[in-house]
Formats: sequence, C-alpha cells, structure tokens
Amino acid sequence: MQVSIYRYNPDTDEAPWMQDVDVDIPAGRDLMVLDVLELMKSKDASISYRRSCREGVCGSDGVNMNGRNGLACITPLSEVVKKDRLVLRPLPGLPVIRDLVVDMTQFFRQYEKIQPYLQNDKPAPATERLQSPEEREKLDGLYECILCACCSTACPSFWWNPDKFIGPAGLLQAYRFLSDSRDTATAARLADLDDPFSVFRCRGIMNCVSVCPKGLNPTRAIGHIKHMLLQQGT
Amino acid sequence: MVTNATSLTRSGLSDFIIQRVSALILGLYTICITGFLLLTPDLDYATWVAFHGGTWMQLFSTLAVLALAAHAWIGMWTVGTDYIREHYFGQRATVFRSIYMVICAGVLFVFVAWSLQIFWRL
Repeated sequence: MQVSIYRYNPDTDEAPWMQDVDVDIPAGRDLMVLDVLELMKSKDASISYRRSCREGVCGSDGVNMNGRNGLACITPLSEVVKKDRLVLRPLPGLPVIRDLVVDMTQFFRQYEKIQPYLQNDKPAPATERLQSPEEREKLDGLYECILCACCSTACPSFWWNPDKFIGPAGLLQAYRFLSDSRDTATAARLADLDDPFSVFRCRGIMNCVSVCPKGLNPTRAIGHIKHMLLQQGT
Repeated sequence: MVTNATSLTRSGLSDFIIQRVSALILGLYTICITGFLLLTPDLDYATWVAFHGGTWMQLFSTLAVLALAAHAWIGMWTVGTDYIREHYFGQRATVFRSIYMVICAGVLFVFVAWSLQIFWRL
C-alpha cells in the first residue's frame, strides 16, 4: 500500500512536503492506521506523531486520514484506504510543530475559557454532593469527550476564528457543566458565552458529529446551549 | 466573552434573534407581494401604486426594509469576520475589514433611505 505522509521539520525544511512511502501490509490483516505509522517509523525513525494508549482513550493520535479526522489507533485501514492509497496529514487548522504533531495551545486555551470544573457556591456537604440517577443521566454523551481535537479541527468556524469561537469540543464540555445539577454557576457560564463568536459562530454543519471518534454529538450540545441562552435572555 | 464593537448588538443571542425574526418578516413580506401579484390579473402601475399607498402596506414595507438591513448587516458582518482575517491579509486585515464594513454600511444606508423615500413619497 502506498502511504503519502505530511513531512515538516522546521529545523531542516523550508516548507512542508508530502513523502510517498510503500508499506508492506501483512496479508489478511486489517491493521489500524497507527500500526502503519509504527511500521513506517521502524524504517524511518524521523517520522513524528503523538501516540500513547493505542486504544482510543488518551486522544493523542488525532490525525487527518484521507481527508477525514480521526484517531489513528482505532481507525482500521479498511475504513479509510481508497485505491490502496492512504494520505496522512496533521489535524487541519492548528500550527504544525513537526510532521503529524500539531500545537494544541489554541485548542486548550478555548477549553480553559469554559472553566471545565465544577463550581458550587453552597457549603460543602459532610460526604459528597449527590445526584439522582436522572440528573446523572444528563451527563451521558458529554463527559466521554477525550479532547482529541478531531471535532474542532474539522470545523470551518474554528479554522476561521480559533481565538474567538470556542469550538465543538469546548462547547460540548461547556454544556457538560451547564447541565450538571451540582454546578451553581449556570448564569455566569451562560453570560460568558453570550457574544457573537463563542457559541453563535456554529453554523450547525455537523462536521464535528461526523468525525467524533467517540460517537458524541457536539452540535446537539451547542443547540442546547443556544436554547438555554434563549431561555435566560428572553 | 469575546467583545466586538462592530456586531449589530454586541450580543450573540440578540443578533441570533434579530436574524431569525427579520427572516420571518421578510418571508411574510415575500408571501404578501407574491400573493398580490398572483391575485391581481390586470396589474398596472396605478394598481401597484394604490397597493403600496395604504398606510398598513407602507408600515409593512418599512418594517421589511429595516428587517432586510438588520439581516444583511449581521450576515455581511459574519462573512467579513470569517474571511477577512490576519491569516490571509496579515496586519492589514483590520484595515480591509473596516473598509468592507464601511462599504456595507453605506450601501445599506442608501438602500434604507431610498426605500423610505419611495414608500413614503418623501
């Protein structure tokens, strides 16, 4: 199989370039894209990418595979390879540090903006803050996000305004805390989001839903945030 | 909270509501005009002037013109802040975006003023 991989070493390259590499895929096996990267790295140690758990939990190896963002470790070749060719690029829209490694500073700056931690101004109970099963159920589909950035870097609004639009990953987490029955900062959280960029730059094109490797739905969460803003503001 | 001095209301929610309410007004106005055109077989200039001469139609037309201006400003401002950015234009992006917005504001002002002059025979 031919793999075309994005290469860029700021110390030696003036501009990024694509390297074509022939990779021998063991017959009868459907390798993950990360396995292919490992095979390539065993022959060329200079190829750089992030990886850690290799089972879709840590979110390190988000890459663009044949034009589609996803986690290399849980994406089988049979899902992405077309005409025996695989094109690997870094996640789009973020600055490239080297090869497939991107600078996630902007992504995490947006995540930091939504204050991703429980805020409660009531006195702490003796044991713990309890939730009913129904209240806990509201967090399903939200807390599972692993912050791999596949969604935000598939979003044109995030490409255009990465410093102003929170992005689908951050907004999914914003809604996770807005819908948490133990959080008492709902009004302040919503007030922070009521500007023309943070939430309302979402055009609902659902690229985020399409690429999320965990099957989450940031567009729905953004819709809920807009609804909450509407209820609070009217 | 991201502040911006040139958005219509400074509030994402207010812009969101204005854009949708103005779209509704424009939709109703389109239905009204289309309905009149379809239901008036012998349409001539006198009928057209009489149709627009009524106070209710003058008010409705004024509302539609203002709705279009607000709708267009929010839309054009969004397009401008999406595409006229430092990424493409470097440090000059703010200058280009300001020029673009002044042109948009000028065109909309002329459109509103001219429309009001026509509808109210000023």
